[in-house]
Amino acid sequence: MNRLHPLGKLLVCVFYIVTVASFHKYALSQLILMAVYPVFGFIVGELSLKEGLYRMRLILPLVVFVGIFNPFLDRNVLQYSFGIPITGGMVSMVTLMLKGFYSVLAAYILIATTSIDEICYALRLIHVPRVMVIVIMLIYRYFGLMGNEANRIATAYKLRAPSQNGIHYKAWGTLVGQWLLRSIDRAEMVYESMLLRGFKGDYVIPRRKVKPVSMIYPIAWILIFIVIRSGLINIF
Amino acid sequence: MHMADALVAPAVAGTMYVLSASAAGVSVNQVKKEDDPKKIPVMGVMGAFVFATQMLNFTIPGTGSSGHLCGGMMLSAVLGPFAGFLTMIGVLLVQCLLFADGGLLALGCNIWNMAFYGCFVGALLIWKPIMKKGATKAKIALASILGCVLTLQLGAFSVTIETLLSGVTELPFSVFLASMQPIHLAIGFVEGLITTAVLIFVYEARPELLWGIGGTNEGRVTDKEGKLSLKNTVIAIAVAAAICGGIVSLFASAFPDGLEWSMEQVAGTTELEAEGGAYDAAAGIQETTSLLPDYAFKNSESAAGTSFSGIVGSLVVVGVMVGASYAFKFFKKKDGSASAA
Repeated sequence: MNRLHPLGKLLVCVFYIVTVASFHKYALSQLILMAVYPVFGFIVGELSLKEGLYRMRLILPLVVFVGIFNPFLDRNVLQYSFGIPITGGMVSMVTLMLKGFYSVLAAYILIATTSIDEICYALRLIHVPRVMVIVIMLIYRYFGLMGNEANRIATAYKLRAPSQNGIHYKAWGTLVGQWLLRSIDRAEMVYESMLLRGFKGDYVIPRRKVKPVSMIYPIAWILIFIVIRSGLINIF
Repeated sequence: MHMADALVAPAVAGTMYVLSASAAGVSVNQVKKEDDPKKIPVMGVMGAFVFATQMLNFTIPGTGSSGHLCGGMMLSAVLGPFAGFLTMIGVLLVQCLLFADGGLLALGCNIWNMAFYGCFVGALLIWKPIMKKGATKAKIALASILGCVLTLQLGAFSVTIETLLSGVTELPFSVFLASMQPIHLAIGFVEGLITTAVLIFVYEARPELLWGIGGTNEGRVTDKEGKLSLKNTVIAIAVAAAICGGIVSLFASAFPDGLEWSMEQVAGTTELEAEGGAYDAAAGIQETTSLLPDYAFKNSESAAGTSFSGIVGSLVVVGVMVGASYAFKFFKKKDGSASAA
């Protein structure tokens, strides 16, 4: 999967998320079918499900908050399964959780099989403005540098105040401000180095050849999503 | 504040994408006009800075909840509204791809809720007018706290509206609003304090880095000239925030359902009905594609059976897909080792 063209993978990911989000709140069985893409991506891409699930932690609170009240507010009984009433709220809560789950897994499949440079290349191909793409690449690169800078500042603080738990709130502004200024200085130095090495305002990303499989991959998946969404699979 | 894909319907997401893309288009043109190539690495590093600070959650006292910085005000105070807006888009895109914080489909909503208000409303309507005649510490505190509180309130309000319009929750408008606004008032206030601390440090160390500062002497004005004392400003804002929070909460809980109330005022009913060929066709399509049309399965044994078998059937298909994927992987490896040999 890593060798596929990034634009195809980006399109599949976006189309998948749009399709998943478009399902009706009670369309549970159709939504379960949409698991075919993450299943394929995780098995063929040899990805860690644990890592994918770990990513749920950030979006989970808001999704749970929004969905958790559905069973109490929508008490319309849709059916009885083994004598247990299944209400609309129960179904819509599960559907909402599944939507959140699938969309996180789809984004994870994209980023785990595609480097940030390739995603930026795909964004340039769909005419996302150059300045935006450069800023995204720089944020990604500077993130590590800033982490190291913060680590140095925190270590220095700990050495200066050995018996203190955490950083005193009075020092927050100074430390964070210092961190920002040092990072800006560093960014300017990096920029000057880039200029000396011939940077002219744009990254040169080598063009990639489009192999037949990179064409077939998005077309096949988009067709599958359309078929599932339209309800044409009516085998049960 | 980051919305997940599950919380938005494609129509709402599409609309917000169009709005956010329009603002991004204007910003790209403005940044091009400014033609300051040195700004680009600063945008990158400021983006990484906001990215990092957004990962640090602070506890909201007395609520059992926590929040993180939004960063729009801080970005626009250093970069200006247009470059700040573009940087924030970059931050949100990297966050949603790398950390699954916010979704790709919901990106348009998140840009609007977190970047648009913070960068445009915060910078152009709050920061710039306050800094027009030069900056003081008190003015920076006033602009930061007021900006963060107001823009977060607007953002939280938009989250409520977007989620309700998407139809994913059964929560009434008033309940959702009452839970979103007060907590973001507290988060906005803490963010305002942190932003104040950072910007005052930058102002003292390198005032030329701040955007939109008018007046003379590199924008520096003494506190006496500025007629605002830092302590009094912070106290006044704290009192105002507490009063506003109380009033907003009272309004939110006093009225039953703002959305339904508005609909009733306009249409005379809370259930809007539509007639016509297009609606009938759409209803027909919906009936065909929906497995549970019009909740018709209630007390219907055969329908219940169909639905149950549908879910089981879907699980079977997914199971088949698991097998097929392993088979695909097996043959792919076999093919790879054969070609290597």
